[in-house]
Amino acid sequence: MIRFLLGRLWQSAILLLLVSLIGFMVLHLAPGGPMSRFALTPGMTKETLDRIAEEMGLNRPLIVQYFDWLWSLIQGDWGQSFRDKRDVLAVIGSHLYATLLLMGGSTVISMLLGGWIGVRSAMRQGGSFDYAMTIFCFVALSIPTFWFGLVAIFIFSLWLGWLPAGNMITVGDGSLGDILIHLILPTIVLALVNVAIWARYMRAATLEVLGQDFIRTAKAKGLSPRRIMNKHILGNALVPMITLTGMQLPTLLGGALVTETVFTWPGMGRLFLDSLGYNDYPVVMGLLMFSAILVVVCNLLADVIVALVDPRIRLE
Amino acid sequence: MLQTSLTMNRRKALMFLSAAGVTTALPSLTQLGAAHAQTAPAGQMVVGFSQEPTVFHPHLLHVECDEGVHYAIFDPLFDVDEKGEYFPILAKDVPTVANGGISEDGLTWKIQLRDGVTWHDGKPFTAEDVKFTLELMMNPNFQSWRRAGHELIEEITVVSPTEITWKMKELYAPYLAILASTFIVPKHAFEGQDLNDGPFNQAPIGTGAYKLKNRVPGDHIELEANTEYFGDGPYLERVVIKYIPDLTVMYTQLKTGDIDVLALQWITPDNYAEAQTIAGLNLELMGAPFVEGLSLNLQRPVFQDPKVREALYLATDKATIIDVLYYGVQLATESYMPQQSYFYNPNLPAHSYDLEKAAALLDEAGWAIGDDGVRVKDGLRLSFTCSTTAGNHLREQTQQFIQQSYKEIGVEMLISNLPPAVMWGDHWMLSQFDMALAALSLVSGPDPDSSDYLRSDASAAIGGTGQNTWVYQSAEVDELLAKGASMVDPEQRKPVYERLQEVVRQDLPCLPLFQHVNIRGSKVGVQGLVPNVNNRVDTWNIRSWRWA
Repeated sequence: MIRFLLGRLWQSAILLLLVSLIGFMVLHLAPGGPMSRFALTPGMTKETLDRIAEEMGLNRPLIVQYFDWLWSLIQGDWGQSFRDKRDVLAVIGSHLYATLLLMGGSTVISMLLGGWIGVRSAMRQGGSFDYAMTIFCFVALSIPTFWFGLVAIFIFSLWLGWLPAGNMITVGDGSLGDILIHLILPTIVLALVNVAIWARYMRAATLEVLGQDFIRTAKAKGLSPRRIMNKHILGNALVPMITLTGMQLPTLLGGALVTETVFTWPGMGRLFLDSLGYNDYPVVMGLLMFSAILVVVCNLLADVIVALVDPRIRLE
Repeated sequence: MLQTSLTMNRRKALMFLSAAGVTTALPSLTQLGAAHAQTAPAGQMVVGFSQEPTVFHPHLLHVECDEGVHYAIFDPLFDVDEKGEYFPILAKDVPTVANGGISEDGLTWKIQLRDGVTWHDGKPFTAEDVKFTLELMMNPNFQSWRRAGHELIEEITVVSPTEITWKMKELYAPYLAILASTFIVPKHAFEGQDLNDGPFNQAPIGTGAYKLKNRVPGDHIELEANTEYFGDGPYLERVVIKYIPDLTVMYTQLKTGDIDVLALQWITPDNYAEAQTIAGLNLELMGAPFVEGLSLNLQRPVFQDPKVREALYLATDKATIIDVLYYGVQLATESYMPQQSYFYNPNLPAHSYDLEKAAALLDEAGWAIGDDGVRVKDGLRLSFTCSTTAGNHLREQTQQFIQQSYKEIGVEMLISNLPPAVMWGDHWMLSQFDMALAALSLVSGPDPDSSDYLRSDASAAIGGTGQNTWVYQSAEVDELLAKGASMVDPEQRKPVYERLQEVVRQDLPCLPLFQHVNIRGSKVGVQGLVPNVNNRVDTWNIRSWRWA
């Protein structure tokens, strides 16, 4: 186990280094730059932009800028945002909370609901429930989130007036109840797609277990269907779900770009889009490294948990 | 203000536009000095912005939306109202030659400051703060966003806490307008601090009507009333600037009542008709300083022939573009100068859309139709590429529409659009485009000077500094610009700039399409909003905003 962890750690370090190098180069090779959005400001001159770029160190050789950035990162300094001069970690941190609220809620809903739909569909494969749910999943996966979000706002906010049309809080309130009311619509919109994803995975995993010999043995032993379900089917079908969770966790913190835009939710997805739009290199690089680290850690965690849960798997 | 129940046609809209400034004149804005019996600030107003203000230091590199917050937190010495008239804020009077504030030769300035003004932290505002601000702009250790004008100041003397004088190297008329958008910052907030990266950036201290209370990044900015404000206002206990990046979503939130004022980037023209039918909304059409046009790179051989430029202008169906693509909201124009400006020349030759005349003009100039249907002269094909911001649908449709018209007169226009960061980077700044569809504001604020855009040596492409990306070279223009900048009296300057507009209209370095008109929406009951083409941000008079 220790050897496995050390090996993975070593691999991860190299992977992160590569991610950072490629990310940095691609970002800087794209034409334009952080100064271009100021070009149309009345009274702006190229001289002023060049002078400020010089003062910000943006015209040093790329390789120097990269190692400068990397060395700071290793020392724990993630740099500062070009947009508001705050520390990158603080910028990320301030958006993380909003994203966690939104994604956390919708993930729990979609895991539970999706899991239930998946198992039920598999147990009665080809039945009317299975059939209905297959259609539901197909529709849910096909609906564009942007459109669905706007329709939900139209119905529940404009038409019925039951729920707010977006935002995380009513300004000046921000109590728990206030946040919960604002959470309802975006959570449902986001969960819709995720329920479909989880249902399909769970259905497939359950079907695979159902076809195994030990299920037939259990039935032959005369075990009650409930006992077969709880002890034999669920336990086995959930193992691949752990891996799936490990893969989903980073996206959970990465935010949901579209949903966050429609519902003006100040989360990570929008931060990424805004930072990219403004060529805010330090924040974009920070987000890139943050997600890369999350992917590495979550996958590692999933592998370890699977090994602990499933005695058939050994980590080498 | 316009009730939405009124049905408006274009003519009425135009009439409204020109009258807007007069009909909604603000009470007491120009009488900041008078002591007013005033009610305590009350209520809250939520203002929607589609860009997020992030830079609170008014002299660091920033964009328009940041100034939306600067106007609430800071004050300049004086400002300009919707009629183009200056009114004092931190200064007792606006300096003029008549009142002795500016010497006859325009080189010595003397400004009396208002007494008894305090910063948000309670410290007194003095002439030292003004001196510090003016010097900060030129400090080599500071990433100043603008030095134009300030670099002409030679020596600043603080005569007393309420009086400051300085000398200038040369007479430069636009400096008054530059000062009108120069927010004064407190000297004490920077003592012993990093000028570029001090605590001031996150916790700005001003003299303005509102204080920065809280910022939730990516979401909103909360401003609270400065109850010690020296002037008239503020009337609201709290103002929230809400960041909503998507314009459709922002419009929806105005309809649901989540925001009270839909400001910066405004209501899109396609929603204008519907918005007029919604009860409880006020709509204002506001002339913006930006003029949309086809910028030509005059370095390109095809555009060096004035007849080609004229023919292209004749072949551009401006009226249809405005009426069909922009729902008739925009204002057709012949000038780069906003029509609400005091210096606007309304007597320029009117554009007509005439393909036959355009074709005849090209024939006359020796451009003959070639084998592939594209005109040729001396081996040069009349073909060029038009570029603009990729993803801006209205601009992309405009291009396609113009492309068809040009094709009919044997001109080939190719379209190659670029993402904003690329488009407005070197491609624009170093004049690497052939033709660019862009909205430009050649004047900054109330002053008519546009040397940065029109002077022959202001092109970065030929080693100059400035934004003359058309690489427009005209001796007469240079002369007029120099003349206009060396005169102080607006009445004397007016004919100079009228002539300048004539020359530019004739030379057509840019084919003007229309002046931008923004549609601001607000809930019925919101009062004090005044469109002001001289001030590019909605919140220029936020100190006077209130609920009925």
